[in-house]
Amino acid sequence: MNKNVTFSIGGIHPNDNKIARGCAIEALPLPQTLYVSVAQHLGAPAKPVVAVGDKVKTGQVIAEPGGFISAFVHSPASGTVRSIAPRKDLAGNWMTHIEISVEGDEWVEGVDLSDTLVTGIPEDIPATLEKIKACGVVGLGGATFPTHVKLNPGPQAHPECLILNGAECEPFLTSDYRIMLEKTKEIIVGAAIMQKVLGGVKTVIAIEENKPEAIEAMRKALSELPYGNISVLVMKKRYPQGGEKQLIDAVMRRQVKSGALPVSVGAVVQNVATSLAVYEAVQKNKPLITNTLTVTGDCLPVERQHNYLFRIGMPLSFIAEYAGGVPAEAAKIVSGGPMMGKAIANLDAATVKGSSSILYLSGKLTKRREEGSCIRCGRCSDACPMGLEPFLLNRLYKAGDVEGLEANAAQDCIECGCCLYSCPSFIPLLDNIRMAKGQVMGVIRARAAAAKAAADAAKNENKK
Amino acid sequence: MNSTIIWTIVILAGLGLVLSLVLYLVAKKFKVEEDPRIDEVEKVMPGANCGGCGFAGCRAFAEAAVKAPNLDNNYCPVGGNEVMKQVAAILGYEIKEKAPMVAVVRCNGSCANRPAVNIYDGVKSCKVKAALYSGDTACSFGCLGCGDCVEACQFGALSMNPETGLPQVDESKCTACGACVKACPKAVIELRAKGPRGMREFVSCINRDKGPVAKKACAAACIGCGICAKTCTHDAITVENNVAYIDSGKCKLCRECEAVCPTGAIHGVNFPKPLDVEATKARIAKRKAEAASGQPVATKGPGSMVNGPLAAQAVPSDAPINKVVSK
Repeated sequence: MNKNVTFSIGGIHPNDNKIARGCAIEALPLPQTLYVSVAQHLGAPAKPVVAVGDKVKTGQVIAEPGGFISAFVHSPASGTVRSIAPRKDLAGNWMTHIEISVEGDEWVEGVDLSDTLVTGIPEDIPATLEKIKACGVVGLGGATFPTHVKLNPGPQAHPECLILNGAECEPFLTSDYRIMLEKTKEIIVGAAIMQKVLGGVKTVIAIEENKPEAIEAMRKALSELPYGNISVLVMKKRYPQGGEKQLIDAVMRRQVKSGALPVSVGAVVQNVATSLAVYEAVQKNKPLITNTLTVTGDCLPVERQHNYLFRIGMPLSFIAEYAGGVPAEAAKIVSGGPMMGKAIANLDAATVKGSSSILYLSGKLTKRREEGSCIRCGRCSDACPMGLEPFLLNRLYKAGDVEGLEANAAQDCIECGCCLYSCPSFIPLLDNIRMAKGQVMGVIRARAAAAKAAADAAKNENKK
Repeated sequence: MNSTIIWTIVILAGLGLVLSLVLYLVAKKFKVEEDPRIDEVEKVMPGANCGGCGFAGCRAFAEAAVKAPNLDNNYCPVGGNEVMKQVAAILGYEIKEKAPMVAVVRCNGSCANRPAVNIYDGVKSCKVKAALYSGDTACSFGCLGCGDCVEACQFGALSMNPETGLPQVDESKCTACGACVKACPKAVIELRAKGPRGMREFVSCINRDKGPVAKKACAAACIGCGICAKTCTHDAITVENNVAYIDSGKCKLCRECEAVCPTGAIHGVNFPKPLDVEATKARIAKRKAEAASGQPVATKGPGSMVNGPLAAQAVPSDAPINKVVSK
């Protein structure tokens, strides 16, 4: 076992705290009402195609893509559409939600609900992609980028390697680990389908060394299944190994250039949960309406930690209540991992396709300590996995120097939080750099828009 | 010994002469012709370099003003009409006088009116906070209270009131440069016409939520009920996106809207006397009764402050207004 596989620069080693690793996935019961957001994915929000009062079945399309980068949304249960109205999301901002009053769990026709493993890989690639799109599959690693777009990189691109992301480098989260244990074969079939779509490329299932059971299970399942050119790669434990560019670096030893897509170095990265969703979509016709979520935290006793199979649109408060309520010591409730997740401002918010956890953190872990002066120790620069200089970006942001920020690649920040984690002076580096990134991205977009307008004007000139 | 001193003096003097000649010639050859009026204009400018006019500083404004064919698009909000008159005199242009403006905080979500529903312990910056979530109260439109506006103000006109948690404007110091308007990520601050003797009416809320939601979030929220718009006899109030807006160009400062507002979201400031709610309500009731009985109704509000000597100072109706526009 080569124990030195990891990305080349930066990174930190937070305690992994995978307390819920032993909890088997448990399906949640349906609540009385589900609130399905139309913004479940990266890109344009979906457009509702149902009206108030309509009867819907589980898995029925209730919203269609609102643009090229967008995805279908399906009903998570059968029932009646009660309203299509704005509702507050996780951050407390208004977003259109389709409210469904649940009457049962009657599925649309053509969905295979059995547990039988279907191993035959369909030959027709366009039909497979169409199925993935129709089932609303999006990347479940966090960014929720529509999978059919990522699997179809265009004729100019030459994918060489499909990387299945089983790193789960965020502390506390165990949902990917559990599905790798419980749905091992399904994940591998999903990988084989994506491998086929990308033209039979080399496929690597990358898992961090702190999940030996998952590695063992994957290896065993691979030897039992008839697919070739798929292997398991064991990586050193390090955060943020699950970041797309970091994972490509670890697996392929290639660096993605600033502003370029992973496919420019021949890599396509998909999360293991996405692979499972692809399997269910292609082999079982099952749209993406479920995902796995971990209820965990440092102030939650082990026996109250769970891994749940949830339906999209379930209010987080329902799940929290089912899991035994919010612990009294919880100072902060986070959706996502402790490093990159967002604090939940509104526990009534509904789950979306990409929800991965309800994390109760104690005051001890979340306390913001008073900001000190930068002592130029350089720890943030050492920790940054993108090779940036966070202390410099912080200073440039404070000075309002957008040009300087762009020259120092603030736009490449992946917001992993390593700088903030490593800063001995508790300077809110990430918060400021995130703002700086927004400013720089705005400038870049404005410039691209101006260039496009100029090109269009020149074209019109030529036509005249 | 003596000769060394003399030689040193002679050589240095000679060097000085030669170099001064070079400098003179270079200055002659590379002289940049500049309109002398730019300097003159710059001299009368306030010199705050605040950028309130839309240019990088007072010098940039002076250059632009000299180049421009008229002064319609160039106005120094800090100097106001006084300075612009001087600029116009130098350049021989006409100026359009503008009503003096002042920054107005359109949020009354104080700690008492708008209870916090969560605790924010992140960076003390409204911009960062707004990017993270909707804010620590149930109102997702109002003031975030981290004081980005206070930091942006160069004139020391803004300060956070520790009691309310809201910024307050020192009208004597505010120059209406607009830096706070740009700094506020929630667009809470608006530049409004200062009004005669500083008297003005405004809606101190921009919550676009429906009435019950807004009211639940904040006791002083505008619930968009529209009673003010119905009461106003000057057609100055519009209710759009569940929030009322008073057009300072049309408002005649009769204060009837303030009296009828059920949540107290409409504020009148700098009036000599406190508002007599009962009397004003009685006046409105009387007028309504008259209208019902078929008698003609006066077109101007009977209690208008602008009737009489103040009318001359009334705000011109083309005063620029930052109106709430639905996104």
